Order: sequence, then C-alpha cells, then structure tokens
Amino acid sequence: MEPETLRLLLSVLTIDPAAIGGLWLRARAGPDRQRLLEVLPLLPLPLPVQRLASNVTDEALFGGLDSAATLRAGRPVLRQGLLDRAAVLVLPMAERCAPDLAARLAQALDGRRHAIVALDEAADDGEGLPEKLADRLGLFLDLDATRLPERLPLLDAAKMQAARALLPTVRVPHDAVADVVRACADLMILSTRAPILTLAAARALAALAGRVVVERADLAAAAGLVLAHRAAPLADPPDSDDPPPPPDSPPPDSGPADADRPDTSAELPKGDILVDAVRAALPDEILRDLAEARAQRQARGASGSGAARVGNRRGRPLPPRRGLPKSGARIDLIATLRAAAPWQGVRRAANPDRAAQALLVEASDLHLKRAKIMSDRVLVFAVDASGSAAVARLAEAKGAVEQLLARAYSRRDHVALLTFRGQAAELLLPPTRSLVMTKARLRGVPGGGATPLAGGLRLALDTALRARARGMTPTIALLTDGRGNVALDGTADRAQSDLDTAQMARAIRATGCTALVIDTAQRQQPRLADLARNMGARYLALPRVGGGQLAAALSASLDPVPVR
Amino acid sequence: MTARPHEAAHLRAMPATKPTPRRAPFPFSAIVGQEDMKLALILTAVDPAIGGVLVFGDRGTGKSTAVRALAALLPEIDAVEGCPVNSARPDQCPDWAGITSQTIIRKPTPVVDLPLGVSEDRVTGALDIERAIARGEKAFEPGLLARANRGYLYIDEVNLLEDHIVDLLLDVAQSGENVVERDGLSIRHAARFVLVGSGNPEEGDLRPQLLDRFGLSVDVTSPRDIETRVEVIRRRDAYDTDPDTFLATWTPEDAALRDRIMAARAALPGITTPGTALHDCAALCIALGSDGLRGELTLLRTARALAATEGAPSVARSHLKRVAALALGHRLRRDPLDEAGSGARVARVLAETLP
Repeated sequence: MEPETLRLLLSVLTIDPAAIGGLWLRARAGPDRQRLLEVLPLLPLPLPVQRLASNVTDEALFGGLDSAATLRAGRPVLRQGLLDRAAVLVLPMAERCAPDLAARLAQALDGRRHAIVALDEAADDGEGLPEKLADRLGLFLDLDATRLPERLPLLDAAKMQAARALLPTVRVPHDAVADVVRACADLMILSTRAPILTLAAARALAALAGRVVVERADLAAAAGLVLAHRAAPLADPPDSDDPPPPPDSPPPDSGPADADRPDTSAELPKGDILVDAVRAALPDEILRDLAEARAQRQARGASGSGAARVGNRRGRPLPPRRGLPKSGARIDLIATLRAAAPWQGVRRAANPDRAAQALLVEASDLHLKRAKIMSDRVLVFAVDASGSAAVARLAEAKGAVEQLLARAYSRRDHVALLTFRGQAAELLLPPTRSLVMTKARLRGVPGGGATPLAGGLRLALDTALRARARGMTPTIALLTDGRGNVALDGTADRAQSDLDTAQMARAIRATGCTALVIDTAQRQQPRLADLARNMGARYLALPRVGGGQLAAALSASLDPVPVR
Repeated sequence: MTARPHEAAHLRAMPATKPTPRRAPFPFSAIVGQEDMKLALILTAVDPAIGGVLVFGDRGTGKSTAVRALAALLPEIDAVEGCPVNSARPDQCPDWAGITSQTIIRKPTPVVDLPLGVSEDRVTGALDIERAIARGEKAFEPGLLARANRGYLYIDEVNLLEDHIVDLLLDVAQSGENVVERDGLSIRHAARFVLVGSGNPEEGDLRPQLLDRFGLSVDVTSPRDIETRVEVIRRRDAYDTDPDTFLATWTPEDAALRDRIMAARAALPGITTPGTALHDCAALCIALGSDGLRGELTLLRTARALAATEGAPSVARSHLKRVAALALGHRLRRDPLDEAGSGARVARVLAETLP
C-alpha cells in the first residue's frame, strides 16, 4: 500500500473522526495490525481512544449502578457508560459482533459524537462486520490484501489542528454532490450514507490541503477511501464448476484495475474519474470476497429478535438465586434487601463503626436475577437436487422452508437449506429466520446431475455443528429418494460413496443431532431406512409430498424444543 | 498505548450528569420524497387514535430521521406541573407521585426513545434505588412508559427488541395502563401512547401481535432516481456542515406544517362519513380478507384524518384509496409464496374493488 494513501486515510480519520464514522480494519492479528493499533492512540485525534470488550454489556455501554461501590459506600454510586463520553471506540473481534450490540453501536454512531475502529478478523464462512456498522464506518483498510509501508506516516498535530479549524468553512460545490451520487449509482451502492461519508472525507482532504472549496482531486481521493469497498464487483462471480484463476499478479497500486478487462469496463461510463478512482483503489478479488461474505452474513446475521447472548435469549423470570455478580448477571435488589433485613440488628451490634449506615449489606446477601432461557432450534434441510425429480422436490422443500419460517416466530425455529447434486453439496440458505431473505435466496435454485449423498450429509453436519456452536439446537432433515453415487472426494464411485455415506451417518449419530430421513421415492427404499437407523434418525416415507404436508409432518415428528 | 484511566475515574456520585445534548433533529419538511412515510406520521399526529406507525425498510433511508423529526411537529399538551405521567388534570395524578401542585403547564408532546437493551425496570419503572438503599424506603421510580403517557413511544430496530419487553409493551398497549406488581410494589398509572417503530426486515420479522398494534405501516426503499438522491445528499450535507443556517431555512416550513396539523385536528370532529365510504371500507376489507375489525376501523379513521388534513368536508373514495395500503398492508394473512409483497396485493384488490 502506498504510504500516501495510508497518510490520507489516517488524516481523514484524525481530522474529524465523528463525521467519518470510523475505520473498518480487516486484518488477522499480526505484526502489521499491531503496528497500526500502536499508532492509533498516538494520532492527534480530537477524541480519546477507548477499547471495548467484544462481549461488552449494556451496563458497561450505557452505565448503571456500580453494585460493589454502592454497597461499600452505603449510597448509590453510578458507573459512567462507555457511550456517555465521546470517543474513538476500538471494537475487537468485530466479525463476532452480535446483532444487538451492532444495533446499539449503530445508534451511538448516529449521535455523531463517536467513531469506531472495528477490528474485523474475518476468517471464512461469511464472518465479517455487521452490515449496520459497515454502512456507517466511512473508511476501510484490508491488511490481509495489502502490506503496510515500512514506515508509518506520522501526522503533524499542528497541521491536523489547522485542518480541523478550517473544516467548518470548507464548501462542496453544487455539482460535486451530483457527481458523487452518480458515481455511487454506477458502482451500485444503494445506501445514502455512502455519498454523505464521501463528502465528509472530501471535505477533510480539502481542509488538509488548506483549501476551502472541495476540488475534483479531493473527491477522487475520498471516493477511493470511502466507496471502494462498497462497490459491487465488476463481473458476476464465476460458476462453482469454473473456479476463478488464481490472482497471479499483486494488485495494481494505481491505474484502472479493469484495464485488462475490456469486456466489462465497456459498461462503465467513460472518463468518470470518481468511478476510476474507486476501481483503482481495491482489486476486484477483494470486492468479490467482500460481496460474498456480505451475502452470507446477511442471512446469518438474521438470527432474529433479541438474541441476547450467543444464540440464546432471555426468557421468563425464575426465582432469584444467591450468588456474586459476574459478567452478564444482574442483582435482584429486593431479594438482596430481603436477605439482608433479618440480620440488621446483629450486624449493627457487631459493627458499631457502621452504625450510621441505614442498611448493612454483606456480599452473602446478594441475589441474582435468573431467567429461563430457551434454545433456538435450527432445521437444516439437506435436499437431494439430483436427477430428473429434482425440480419438483426442490419446490416442495422450498415450500416447506417458507411455511415453517412463516410461523417460526413463536416456535423460535431457524431454517437452513442445502442441496446436493453433481459433484458437491452447496449451502443455499445459512440458518435464518428472515422470510424476506429466504425468498430472495430461494429463487432460481438449480437441479439435476449425480447424487453426492455423502457430501450432502457432511455439509449438513457441518452446518448443524456450527449452529450448535452458536447455542442453537440443530435438527437435520434429509430429503432424498435414492442412493448416492458420488464419493466424498468427488469421484463417481458407487461403492466408495456407500462407505462414505455410512461413515457420515455414523458421524451424525455420534454428535447426537436429532435427524430425520424423508424418503420421497415412489416406493419405499429399504436402503434409506437403513441409513436412518445408521444416523439414529427417524424415517418417514412421504412420496409426492407438498410443501404444506412436509412442514406439517416435520412439525409433528419433532420433539418440542428442550428447555435448558 | 496510553495508560488506561483508573477504574475509580468512572465512579461518581449521584445525581448523574446529563450526557451532552444531541443536536437539533433534521427538520421533517426537509426530508426528500418518502411521501408515504411522511403522510403516515402526519396522520397519526392529526389523530393519535389511529395508533402508531411502523416503518420498515432498507438501511440509510431516513427511517429514524423522520421519526425523530416528528417531535418538532407535535402540538404542545397541557399537563399538571411535575406530574411524572403528564396528567391533564390534578385529579388524574397517581397517588404514589405525591403531586400537590394544581398548576397546569404547557409542555411539548413527549416523544420517548425506547433504546435496545433497555431493562424491564426502566420500561415499567421500579423501586427507587436511592431511597431503598440510603433511607430504606420503598418508593416507586417511574419508567419510560410513564414518561410516554399521552405522547409517543419510539422503538428503533423494533424487530431486535427482546421478547419479554415486547410482551410487556403488548400488554400495556392493550390496557392503556401500566401495572407494576413486582418486588413487593403495587403501582398503577395510565400509559397511553402512540407506538412508532422502525426496523430492517432482513434482520428478522416482527411478531404478528406486535405488528397488529401498529395502526399504519410503511415500507420505505432507497430512492432510485439520481435527481432525488442528489437532493437527499445535498440537504443532508447542508444540515451536517451548517446546521444553524439549515434549520433557519426549514423551521418555518415545519411550523407551517404544524399549523396544518393543528387545523386538521380542529376540523376532525366535523368530518362526516357518508354511508358509501363505510360500504367501501367493508368491501375492501372483505376482499382483502384482513383479520378482524381493527383494520376497517383504522382505515376509516385514517381516511377521516386525511380528509381533515386536505380540508375536505367528508370522507371520499379517493381518501380511502390513498390510505388503504398504509392501514391494511400489515394486516393481511401472510402468504409465504407471495413474491410481490402485501403492498402490491392491496393495490390489486383496490383496483378491483374500488374502481
């Protein structure tokens, strides 16, 4: 990465962090990230830098009663919330940021007093910064794709201060706004925050250069910083059976990235320097990665309302329980006072020095609030999309998925859908509860080809285990009408396929996942009944089912969600 | 890294200092486009009995901007001085508040934000911690529901709200009364408010019971044509860079809109509803198969508010047609296989039933 680009990026962040929203830093932990994070507090920022815990509680964010200090002092002592003070907040492990925390931080950003530096260590499977935050953070830096320059630019505090002083007087010419909006439209960026953040960055850059009017060069540089990672990739991602050629050259630092793609660049309006600047700023591979992760994440992030902790939500209150407060626990004040009350006389006599206090409370009196937590259930549909019957069967499965989702709210069901055909299995719909998302993703699912049954089971198991890791209770529903003929390694070997299938079935049984094998063949297949036994699954023969029937059969044959 | 401030630096005694005030909200009249959303908000301001608005839509479409701007349009209310639930008359003040003042003051219609992650105690009110700990007294500290009485309760990201808070809101919205019978307290007070919610449907659906509590619903999308978008960004940019000048330009517009709302409120009781309008309402609801009578009543009420806003003497078919999608769109039985969405369904049935 060019030292100059980094200098501009850090300058924009430093001059007016609250206006630019902050920085999305995509990087695995490593020396480069470490160097950048060490520089961050040294920047002449107008706001203090404050690190958040990735599991920060509402009490820490918004403040609240400090129970330890309150009990010690004998009067209520409040703890200031992290959001009460304007700051540049550093959010570690932003890729794991829960939807409810993201929503709180987004609301804080809308107050325009804070900025966030989100450390996104996204590895794979669509992890990444929640869209809500990605939309509001102006700047983006990907340290996995580019290396930091040898020497990090040092920002001159006096110069930054001068730019900050100049900033309120900087004007954006009338037509510049239209240029930015048009560039966003060309780049298929829909959010209205993108052009606003671009203008904020351009204004900061103009102020940095000591100008009071934003020029084209400022806009181009700002677009490169703010819009590049939001742009849609130039071409559609290639089909899965046609893997993209590995990038053989390092990403170009300057000049249009699409120079060697005459077929696609022709679609772009010629000579638009903003679009060119954006295209030059990030190689298309990164954009494609970002777009894919975004699509996966949108479905995954849809874990429904009130997901307070990993996959679980608060429920009905239970009687309070004695205990010391730890993270996430709340003190039940009444129970605590009630526990303390009978001992007042005794304690007063024992502690004459504390006689002035109205109430003598000891740590052993503390009671914590408790709530019954329901585990969310996720139904993983593994649907055989091979052969000629694929179209009808897929339609049934889609119908069932949508019907289950339509009444999922009260039942707390999430639904995931994967299909297997041809060489491999594919996760079409990661666990979600959003009907809107589901409809969008289920349109135009392909069918036909061979039957990689073992591969389908493996992906189903993967999905189930991942859901379990997030605190949900997975159930696998396999819809097929026959025998696998593609082995796990993708070869068309019927015998090997049978061995692999049996192995995967045993693996599923070993994890203790609830499972269901639905035989959709015209005549019942003894082989599938065997498979069900092997998986420790229920076996249902449902030839020619409709989506409604399927949903009803599933609901009826599944146990109620266990209560933890 | 700079040294972290010592833990004790975060501790301070009561009373809590107020956080720095937010800047003045973006003026309602300066919002470009989004006519349905603006109309829905104006109509609930004309007739609060319509029962609130749900705004669902994409990121960055000005959902929360519009709701927060609404406060500036609402007329002031008369309330007893110091009453925590904004009672209109001294005899309506709850006993536990201990209000002795007989003075009636004018204050802005409360618009109360219900933040995500709010505790049940803060919503319903709870034991006053200070008095419990310092003096050993049991006293009630009113919550957000008390503050929102006779005003608006706004929930951003309403579909991310925790379930037990939703239950609580449903209960209170139904009865119009907040009853706290926990922690050895037995407190009740009036809690009538207009519920306004916003959210992004991709992040999860809303429980049908809660959906039904909203009188009107609006789907907002990002404007697609360049000129509108340019105007949106221009105004936002002007507001961000020079808020004082921007507010000075638009505040008179907001004031004019407020006058229109006041005039419509005054005209509302005089709006007549001809039998044909009642007939149209019923025909439309039957054709759409909307559940229950609530939809019909809301449709009629909203059409009356629209007639009042437009200065018409009575409800006409054009009024019904304009507000049908707002009042009925979220009350239809959900058809999971319907790709087009409920708005298109209402439009289709509307064209068939009320030509």
